[in-house]
Amino acid sequence: MTLFDTLQTSLRTVISYRIRSVLIVLAMSLGVAAVVILTALGDGARNFVINQFSSIGTNLLVVLPGRAETTGSFPGAVLGQTPRDLTLHDAQLLGRLPQVKRYAPLSIGAAELSIPNRLREVTVLGSNADLIPIRHMKLAQGSFLQHGSGRSAQIVLGAKIANEFFPRIPAIGQHIRLGDSRFLVSGILAPQGESMGFNTDEIVIIPVDYAQVLFNTTSLFRILVEAKNHGQIESTKQAILAALKQSHDGENDSTVITQDAILATFDRILEALTLAVAGIAAISLIVAGILVMNVMLVAVNQRTAEIGLLKAIGATSMDIRRLFFTEAAWLSLVGALLGFIFGQLGSLLIRIAYPQLPAWAPVWASLAAIGIALFTGIAASTLPAVKASRLNPVTALGKK
Amino acid sequence: MIRLIDITRTFKMGEQTVLALNQINLNITSGEYVSIMGPSGSGKSTLLNIIGLLDQPDAGRYELDGKVVTELTEVEQAQIRREKIGFVFQSFHLIPRLTAAENIELPLTLDGVPVSERKIRVQNALQAFELEQRANHRPSELSGGQRQRVAIARATIMQPSVILADEPTGNLDHKIGAEVMVLLEKLQQHGTTLIMVTHDRELGARATRQIAMRDGKIISDQTHDPV
Ligand SMILES: Nc1ncnc2c1ncn2[C@@H]1O[C@H](COP(=O)(O)OP(=O)(O)OP(=O)(O)O)[C@@H](O)[C@H]1O
Ligand SMILES: [Mg+2]
Repeated sequence: MTLFDTLQTSLRTVISYRIRSVLIVLAMSLGVAAVVILTALGDGARNFVINQFSSIGTNLLVVLPGRAETTGSFPGAVLGQTPRDLTLHDAQLLGRLPQVKRYAPLSIGAAELSIPNRLREVTVLGSNADLIPIRHMKLAQGSFLQHGSGRSAQIVLGAKIANEFFPRIPAIGQHIRLGDSRFLVSGILAPQGESMGFNTDEIVIIPVDYAQVLFNTTSLFRILVEAKNHGQIESTKQAILAALKQSHDGENDSTVITQDAILATFDRILEALTLAVAGIAAISLIVAGILVMNVMLVAVNQRTAEIGLLKAIGATSMDIRRLFFTEAAWLSLVGALLGFIFGQLGSLLIRIAYPQLPAWAPVWASLAAIGIALFTGIAASTLPAVKASRLNPVTALGKK
Repeated sequence: MIRLIDITRTFKMGEQTVLALNQINLNITSGEYVSIMGPSGSGKSTLLNIIGLLDQPDAGRYELDGKVVTELTEVEQAQIRREKIGFVFQSFHLIPRLTAAENIELPLTLDGVPVSERKIRVQNALQAFELEQRANHRPSELSGGQRQRVAIARATIMQPSVILADEPTGNLDHKIGAEVMVLLEKLQQHGTTLIMVTHDRELGARATRQIAMRDGKIISDQTHDPV
């Protein structure tokens, strides 16, 4: 029997046992679709996190006081010393390093924001004009803190705050009281929502020296540094640490966090998660394979007389084996392809429902799902096919 | 030319062994018309199955057209079944999913005959057995006589030299059975060897050579002119 005739004959058989075939194909396709959709979700989450990080800028280095590298404890504290604070002077020092493109000191606290008939507590960021490009923020109106105008009392409002305090009149140019000082509203941030656990819609930003006066401190919360290029992140980190060590009397008491380190950790975690989820989904494929085996064994039983007849009219054991084999192969193939289509449609629906989640199944996952489906389906049909081919034709013909 | 020498076939049924064929010796020349009769369990079907290479004897030698076929491999035996032997069964054994034409085509497909040639040969067979109107019907839509005609068309589509029929009219009423017999006899008149197992004395008597069996042995073997 030629291969073409074998394929055609078994395809006809598959089609004529309609309900049985639809059920197997469905089971197979659900397994494949599960792998595709779940890995799309996992990989989508991974890319979502990566995108979040790069929206902050992957050239970003964050300097914080204290050595909190691996254990999280401060060795200085163990020795009875407190780590030295980061100061504006430190920030300016870093700004002069050749690897550094720009920097933004960050001082953070809370204060009361008020106009004559309105008052609320807000989170206050003290920084400089470079905060905007470093954090990839956007202004909706007005201007940000001007360079060289650090002495003037300007304030930039988060979108929601601006709306709350000045719902009817333009906020730009208005005066507003923060703590005990009067500020001039110079700009309004574009609404952005959460960005790395920070709702920029509900903050206000003032020049860093005003913030230090307001909070009565000389220390900084963080210094954000943008390296000139991505390839120099590590050398920039070393240069920052060296500069701070020198400025802090030879004490190694600062920590520099790079985006890459955090990103790599998230990447690993989410990739492991995707793999685990894919593995669980793949189990449903093996279940589908067992279903194929079961159904094919029933088919051999049902068609025993037919197998006897085929042998009587000259089919070899190989012909019979191939017929049952290709029958299972058709079921698995159609199931796998249908499952792939279902999976892609499902991922598409997820992308439509959650546009920020890039839910694309990785190619390896789709290929693996189709491969496993075909393999388990065909492997599971081996036993039934061999069983069919070994039937004694005389006893087979005698069966009803 | 069929030549059986000391063919023995036993079946084990638990502790017991049944001697289905007991040292059978039989020569059948090409084109003969042979009927095999005997009580139930006398070994008629077993003999037919061994001649048709569906079953293997435990002992003895079987030569078909001068070739010892008992020693052949499974694949070689399948090829002989395909090319030289046509089976006709009491219960037709048509594949229910396939149409009459497709059932008839099956041996050609197994043999790897090209599609274009297959179509022509099936068309001719449908014509010869007056089944053209039923070509695209499934077995469930056919009468008993039509089903057996499809089965005979399938058995002869490869132009075998031997037709083995095990009670071919057993499931048919008298009139239709007689029509089927005429078809088989017509094939025999064109040179095919026809070996038929039957319980029906009247049908058995139509054969030129009548073999009677009992307890796995041939107890009589008579040749006479057709009535
Ligand atoms: N597969 C088998 N297993 C065990 N015993 C068998 C088997 N096939 C046949 N026999 C036995 O062999 C003997 C001959 O059987 P066979 O079918 O050849 O008889 P038969 O003459 O065709 O009978 P019938 O007229 O009823 O068809 C019987 O005793 C039967 O029980
Ligand atoms: Mg019998």
